Amino acid sequence: MNQYPMWKNLLVVMVVLLGALYALPNIYSQDPSMEISGTRRAKVDSSTLKRVEQTLKKADVAYKKVTLHKGKLLIRFKDSEQQLKAKELLAQRLGDDFNQALTLSPDLPDWLRGIGAEPMYLGLDLRGGIHVLIDVDMDAAVQQAMDRYSGDIRSLLRKHKLRYLRVSREGNQVMVKFKDAAKRDQAEDLIGSEFRTLVVEPLERADGYYVKATLNPAERHSVEKFALQQNITTLRNRVNALGVSEPLIQQQGERRIVVQLPGAQDPAKLKEILGATATLEYRLVDTEHSVEDAVNGRVPPGSKLYHERNGQPVLLKKQVIVTGNQITDASSGFDQRSGQPAVFVSLDGVGAKRMRHITTANVGKPMAVVFIENRTTTRKVGGKPVKHKVKVEEVISIANILEPFGRRFQTTGLDSPEEAHDLALLLRAGALAAPIEIIEERTIGPSLGQDNIDQGFESVVIGMALVVIFMALYYRIFGLVADAALLMNLILIVAILSLLQATLTLPGIAGIVLTVGMAVDANVLIFERIREEIANGSSPQASIQAGYEKAFSTIMDANITTLIAAVVLFSFGTGPIKGFAVTLAVGILTSMFTAIVGTRAVINWLYGRKRVTSLAI
Amino acid sequence: MQLFKKTSLDFMGARYKAVIFSATLILIALGSLATRGLTLGIDFTGGTLVEVGFSQPVDLVKVRNTLNAGGFKDVVVQHFGTSKDVLVRLAPREDMKSSVLSNRAFAAMQKVDPQAQLRRVEFVGPQVGDELTEDGGLAVLYALIGILIYVGLRFEYRFAIGSVIALIHDVIITLGVFSLFQVEFDLTVLAAILAVIGYSLNDTIVVFDRVRENFRKIRKGEPLEIINIAINQTLSRTLMTSLTTLLVLIALFVFGGEIIHGFALSLIVGIVIGTYSSIYVASTAAVMMGISKEDLMSVKKEGEGADTLP
Repeated sequence: MNQYPMWKNLLVVMVVLLGALYALPNIYSQDPSMEISGTRRAKVDSSTLKRVEQTLKKADVAYKKVTLHKGKLLIRFKDSEQQLKAKELLAQRLGDDFNQALTLSPDLPDWLRGIGAEPMYLGLDLRGGIHVLIDVDMDAAVQQAMDRYSGDIRSLLRKHKLRYLRVSREGNQVMVKFKDAAKRDQAEDLIGSEFRTLVVEPLERADGYYVKATLNPAERHSVEKFALQQNITTLRNRVNALGVSEPLIQQQGERRIVVQLPGAQDPAKLKEILGATATLEYRLVDTEHSVEDAVNGRVPPGSKLYHERNGQPVLLKKQVIVTGNQITDASSGFDQRSGQPAVFVSLDGVGAKRMRHITTANVGKPMAVVFIENRTTTRKVGGKPVKHKVKVEEVISIANILEPFGRRFQTTGLDSPEEAHDLALLLRAGALAAPIEIIEERTIGPSLGQDNIDQGFESVVIGMALVVIFMALYYRIFGLVADAALLMNLILIVAILSLLQATLTLPGIAGIVLTVGMAVDANVLIFERIREEIANGSSPQASIQAGYEKAFSTIMDANITTLIAAVVLFSFGTGPIKGFAVTLAVGILTSMFTAIVGTRAVINWLYGRKRVTSLAI
Repeated sequence: MQLFKKTSLDFMGARYKAVIFSATLILIALGSLATRGLTLGIDFTGGTLVEVGFSQPVDLVKVRNTLNAGGFKDVVVQHFGTSKDVLVRLAPREDMKSSVLSNRAFAAMQKVDPQAQLRRVEFVGPQVGDELTEDGGLAVLYALIGILIYVGLRFEYRFAIGSVIALIHDVIITLGVFSLFQVEFDLTVLAAILAVIGYSLNDTIVVFDRVRENFRKIRKGEPLEIINIAINQTLSRTLMTSLTTLLVLIALFVFGGEIIHGFALSLIVGIVIGTYSSIYVASTAAVMMGISKEDLMSVKKEGEGADTLP
């Protein structure tokens, strides 16, 4: 008895070796590095590599290595000081043509990389970075859709020469007003048959006969889904342009997006860009009517009152020439003549045609550029969250049309090169299909991240040390065996977490510490049982056998309950708590393995098939 | 080395004293919760939190005044861990997006010390705060229900109810400790409580397992005696495991840093109380509901599982 079949012993050895192998990457240091990738305008190739090397050498920036792999350049630096110096340098040299991202790369030897071994994926609270939860304003998306339908309904009614009094959007519905019931009923049929996606109903109010149109549920769902998808794409474009590596942008639930940017250096800037809804609109200036009249309250139909950045009022035509939606590309720079910061804009086909048409007809007349931004905040009023929307519209430049232009032109009037750069980025990345609001944010600075790692590591080491010493004192040789199992356990947990690339967080490290304490439990159960059997008079070999057998079902039962708790935690938790649940669950499973199979193998090797009179337990 | 030779303490005999003791603790806990309440973290209440590390120990009054001057009237400022670290809680403002709030507040604090570092920012919007509170409460509920079902299946319904009573007892007293000492209760603390629920059940099950085994083995004896024997037999193991787990938790509490403090405290309190409740509360509850040998035997006859007797 107490002899394991060969395959079981081999299994244990294999597991130990594999575990050690896949846990190994975590020992290697992480180099501060920079990743350079291409954009639509430029591809990364060996000439880029040479350019980069030359730039760095000339400025005396020390780097460890530059590699070109799968269309991306990876530059490794000795420390983060060199990394930041290089960032400034290369940003100037390469400009907007390439995407640059700062990151940390482990310094793994190639053979380790070959077997797919990687270090654990550190969570934001250990690495530093930003986590934001974004809520998409679905109502606004629906309202925008209804605005489009308003225009379509107007065209339809005009085409069929059906006279209406008014078409307007009220909330999520379009109301069409008619003089009498007959026209209204006709319109109801017409709109209903033309637009299958709308639910059309007749309605009567004190002031007239109405047709009410709303989106049918399927269409509404489709509009909301599209808004969400579009926003995800836009956010991804923005994030890529900002130079963050390994960003995570995902849908969460029906109307939320989660964005995680690890290692982000400038959280304030990132938040601004993420939530920015800044866009441009081009309109003609109304030169026929007086501005003072408008300011005093008499705004002529077909025009709207705006203000410039310095507060000066200006009257613009209501009709928009082009909006941000028609802008396909934008870059920032300086105006050739005045040296002012400028944004260079490219329009799509439709926009270009329209712009050419309007500018040709209005040479010599002034055109204004309007800067628009939407802001949403949520506050608690009387205990309930209430959304508060503010739309900012400023005229940033008025310039005379010198000659007709269409596809490409420039816009000045921006405060600084930085504003031009940001605006170009936003125009390039695309507009958000629906306004967004940041409803949750967790930002960890890199210094705190490092502190957390250090403290976490320290607690694991000290915790383990305490337990190891205690076990050795209390259970003697069996205690040492349990200690070896404990060590194995830790290595296995690290290996499994590395393989799964599960996120390690600070509570996750706490979870590891906890499982170190609990892992001992299984061993204690077995050893106490063995002691009991000895006290009852069984032979040493029989005691060992009985100890392991009888303890088995108890170990199973006891650990399963903690697993239930871990599963519940995993499903309800977010971020750091999920990390805790994962390490807890993994730790329990590995501790069961090492306690039952692992220590048994060692004990069998020590005592099996031998004549033993007493056990050192 | 062995601390516990064969003990034969009459645990069950002292059960009435235990009930009184537990009842007292629970009353104190509930009383504290009702009057002083829990210091809820922003995870549940919503709000903005900014942690700033200064290069020198800094005077809180100075920081508060600088913030007030910068237009931040409603602020709570405290030290966090060391006198160089400051934690600022901000109330939401109408004219500023919450995500921008933290940037401006940090900029204001940089006036006190240009070398100040932004350690972290946490902002939880009101609707998210509500959701987290609800989710948290539901999670505890689901865990308890899951356990009720599991123990009911594995053992017997009286044990199941007994163990859930023990767990609720543990959770209330742990909450009471947090309320009494006004320690901040955030999401990680809640997570720790769930872990305690899972862990504390360990002990309870080990005891029940032994009780069931004894009921089957020991032919004659009152339920009380049999339970007593079971507890005595498992005493050594129960105390040892709790001890080793407490050792690592103390390491975590002392060396793990300020952020993990509440989490570690929650686990420590939970395990201490949990050990006590595993020994007393669970079994006492089962006894008071009239557990007997027959209950365990009949459950087994209905084809329970792996370990069956002929």
